[in-house]
Amino acid sequence: MGNANVTADAPGPGQTPQRYDVVRRQREFANTVTLALKPHAGVRPTFTPGQFNMLYAFGVGEAAVSVSGDPADANTFIHTIRDVGAVSGALARLAVGASVGVRGPFGRGWPMQAAIGTDVLIIAGGLGLAPLRPAILDIFAHRRRYGRVSILFGCRHPKEMLFCRELRRWSRRVNVDVQVTVDHADIGWHAHVGVVPTLIARVALDTRATTVFVCGPEVMMRFSINALQDRGLPARRIYLSMERNMKCAIGLCGHCQFASAFVCKDGPVMCYEKIADMLAVPEI
Amino acid sequence: METLEHILAAHPFCSGLAPERLRLLYGCARNCRFDAGQCLHRACEGADKFFLIRHGRVALEIAEPGGTPFMFATLEEGEIVFAGEPMSPCSWLFDARAIEPTQAISIDTACLRGKCERDYRLGYEMMSRFLPILAKRLHAARLQLLDVYGKR
Repeated sequence: MGNANVTADAPGPGQTPQRYDVVRRQREFANTVTLALKPHAGVRPTFTPGQFNMLYAFGVGEAAVSVSGDPADANTFIHTIRDVGAVSGALARLAVGASVGVRGPFGRGWPMQAAIGTDVLIIAGGLGLAPLRPAILDIFAHRRRYGRVSILFGCRHPKEMLFCRELRRWSRRVNVDVQVTVDHADIGWHAHVGVVPTLIARVALDTRATTVFVCGPEVMMRFSINALQDRGLPARRIYLSMERNMKCAIGLCGHCQFASAFVCKDGPVMCYEKIADMLAVPEI
Repeated sequence: METLEHILAAHPFCSGLAPERLRLLYGCARNCRFDAGQCLHRACEGADKFFLIRHGRVALEIAEPGGTPFMFATLEEGEIVFAGEPMSPCSWLFDARAIEPTQAISIDTACLRGKCERDYRLGYEMMSRFLPILAKRLHAARLQLLDVYGKR
């Protein structure tokens, strides 16, 4: 499992934003960009795939954004941001050369160690591919540690396909099964149309030795879990990255409280077995 | 040699079907093949058959008059192309178009309906195979309607 780098009992540099500069800006599609951030001084901290940073748009505010870059790239943090509000909009509009405050990384990431020796099934919906990308790149970097690797990805429309060039590149690898689906498409689309859970029935799955990483809208994750359990996958092998309104990132403010847990420090990656009951309660 | 009866028996829709009922279904079946781009059927045509896909991929589309077709689902090997009420006379509500070279078995619904009326156990078998597929497609359609991938 990943590490909670900063806790409420151990205040440290994670509570003070460090200045980073935007060194690359890649427009993914409408309202969504990927930014490469380099520390203004020193080196960036290490991170575990699945962890997140608090990005501070100066004068506007702070938002939690998952790291979407390669853990092996020691120079930069990569973040993929969709403009959905004041802070994310300010971050998404940052130009190359602009400065941004960064606190982190925070939270528990994907269980990379626990997945060693097993098959890995990655299920992503929409921007949910961003927090999974570091895990995918880490798996590719240590491919022999894992058995069969499958990636299922769904989005609304082919025009909203995140990392589409990379997805094409991954799909050409012989040792990974990549399947992509969209909710609807125009006549030129020749791949699958339908929701992500419908792909689960098509994937080769050894229910005794597969670790599943799921990230996307919560309703998509719930339907995916149903499809996985229809195929006999035990709850203890399914890991979800939870989305909640994270403000402090160190378990103090309570904005991301999820029953007795705080998503910012007990998650965002959580084992389905431990949260299955909570997921079923609408008020939580 | 692989006969149509063997091909039919191997399709997931027929999994576990008793040999005598498989023979009844076989009597309504015929092999068919579609080139990429060819329509299996058009909206508003009578749904006098359904298709068990053996190989290939079929897109289900709706088009406004003069508009670009809107692809809302694809069906692949092992799946079924059928109108909303597979065992009742009805019309297709959408176009079905092969987007890859596609092999399928078409089943004549009037023929099958007649046999189901004479043999209620066959009718029950057919309904018990169609209903889970209908339910899955309903759930999938609801999820698509929810538009879960975030703000436009």
